[in-house]
Formats: sequence, structure tokens, C-alpha cells
Amino acid sequence: MRLRYLLPVLLLAGLAVLFAVGLRNDPREVPSPLIGKPAPAFDLARIGSEQRLRLADLKGRPVLVNFWASWCAGCQVEHPMLMRLAREGVEIIGIDYKDTDADGLNWLARHGNPFRTLAADPLGQVGLDWGVYGVPETFVLDAEGTIVFKQIGPLTETAWREQIQPLMRGVGR
Amino acid sequence: MMRFSALALLVLFCVGAGAQTVMRDRLESETLTAEQQQRYQQLVNELRCLVCQNQSIADSDAPLAADLRDQVHRQLVAGRSNAEIRRYLTDRYGDFVLYRPPFKASTWLLWLGPFALLLVALAVAVGFVRKRKPAGPSAVDPARLQRLLDEERERP
Repeated sequence: MRLRYLLPVLLLAGLAVLFAVGLRNDPREVPSPLIGKPAPAFDLARIGSEQRLRLADLKGRPVLVNFWASWCAGCQVEHPMLMRLAREGVEIIGIDYKDTDADGLNWLARHGNPFRTLAADPLGQVGLDWGVYGVPETFVLDAEGTIVFKQIGPLTETAWREQIQPLMRGVGR
Repeated sequence: MMRFSALALLVLFCVGAGAQTVMRDRLESETLTAEQQQRYQQLVNELRCLVCQNQSIADSDAPLAADLRDQVHRQLVAGRSNAEIRRYLTDRYGDFVLYRPPFKASTWLLWLGPFALLLVALAVAVGFVRKRKPAGPSAVDPARLQRLLDEERERP
């Protein structure tokens, strides 16, 4: 008999917990199945250099691979963070996604260039291969070229301190 | 009359939207055989756009959806099977790109949950109806009732 009155209260409590957890989830963040897998191979033209950039060039030390574009608002948000990391010696590879070289270079001239290497993916083919669905996205690669983390959206101080930095220190080096 | 015109308007909108998709896909499907074209339609309608999330890549106008349609098209021309194309996309974007996720450890609740809920609801409903059923004629024995009433009356 007592259960009969308790049941609705328990149900409500259960639902409240469910909703509280659900509200914390961001449905726009789709977990990448590429984490823990070798990064997909690519071969891109560099910007401001005749050379090509290939996956093999990224091996041997942990690096950040940042997909960005001059037309992307979130990229401006995370830009000061990238500049700071570059000053601290973190190697960031920039991939200019669905952009023209001129617009990309213009944007970097205006805001500063945090990228040690810069390549262009004008059609977004490499982006598609890497599972990019909205710039900015930042991949953390270990020395073997395995994707160990992916940040969707602007790189935040919290994401760097709590998730990326421990990985950068833990791998290679 | 009001209802009729509203319905007509709705139908008009739907037809308009459908025609637009057909137009766009015809441009992309020009090099496909009839069989490939049918598979193309099937695939783009069951793959989800990751930017808009609640549209298939056939319905979405997002640039990423166009890229994904392009990718499906290219792989069809290259002779890949539907399963291979789906795998190419789930390897990169996860099961999220599939509108019909596969049945596995992490999705069994999604697939079976509604049926389980239906069973629970049925069980509750049956229990409820049983309990409410009026008592049968045998529950009250009229002779015994009369006797009890008589006894009551005889008391001082």
C-alpha cells in the first residue's frame, strides 16, 4: 500500500536525474570513432611553400592539427589560445579548410600566425576523411600519428589544461 | 473551406520541397545507372547530416551534406557496395550518421525500449481493469445478508 504512493515520487526522481544528465550532454558534439586510431593519410599543398604536407611529416613528436578557416567565427574565439600555445612551444599544424589561400593568409596577417606548418584543404576532402563536420576542430596526434583526442569547437583553456596537456606530455617527447 | 485551403497549401509546400530535392539530385545523378541511382537515393535518405542533425543528407542544404552526397556519389561510381559506403562514413563519423543505428550492446535499449514500455503499460492496464471489475453475484449471499439483517433487528 505504501509503495503505491511512493512509486510516482520515485518515478519523478528518476526522470529528474535522467533530464539533469541529458541537459548536460551537448547533442552537437558527436564523439569521433577515430580516437585511438591512426590518423587518415593525406597529401596537401602547403600555403606559402612549394612543398607538400603528408601524414608522415607529422610523426615523431606529438602535434596539434587544427582545422580552421578565415570565414569561421569560432576560429577567432580560439585564436588567442592557439597563439599562447604556439608561444609556449606547442607545435600546431594549421589546415585551412574550404578557404582560399589569399583569404587564409590575410586572416593570419591580421590576427597573427600560430601555425608552424600551414596547408590548404580547399575542397574539404581531407576534412571529410578526418571526420570534420564543423570548424574549428583540433586533433591531438601522438608521436606515432595516432589520434588521441579531438576537440570539437573552439579550443578552451579548460580543454587544454584538463585533457590535451596531459596527453601531450604523456606521449612522445 | 479554411481547413481545405490550409491542407492544399501544405500539399503545395511538400510538393515544392520534393521537387527541389529531385532537381538537385538529378544534377548529381547524371552519370549513374538506374540501379546506382536508386541506391544513391536510398543511401542519401538514410544518412544523417551532422550539422543540422535532424535532416538526412538528401534534405539538408548544409555544405557538409553536399560534400557527403558527393562522396556517396563518387563511391557509387567507383563500384563500392552500400555496406562499404556506410562503413566509410561510420568509420569517420560514428553510428550517428545512420538514421537506422545497428543493433548492438550500446543500442539494444533504443531498439527494445519502446516494446518493453508497451508491455509494461499493457500489464498495468490489464491489472487495473481486473481490479475494477465489479464483484460477481456470488460475492454477496442474499440469504446470509437477510439473516444478518434479521439478527440486527432482533437485538434490543
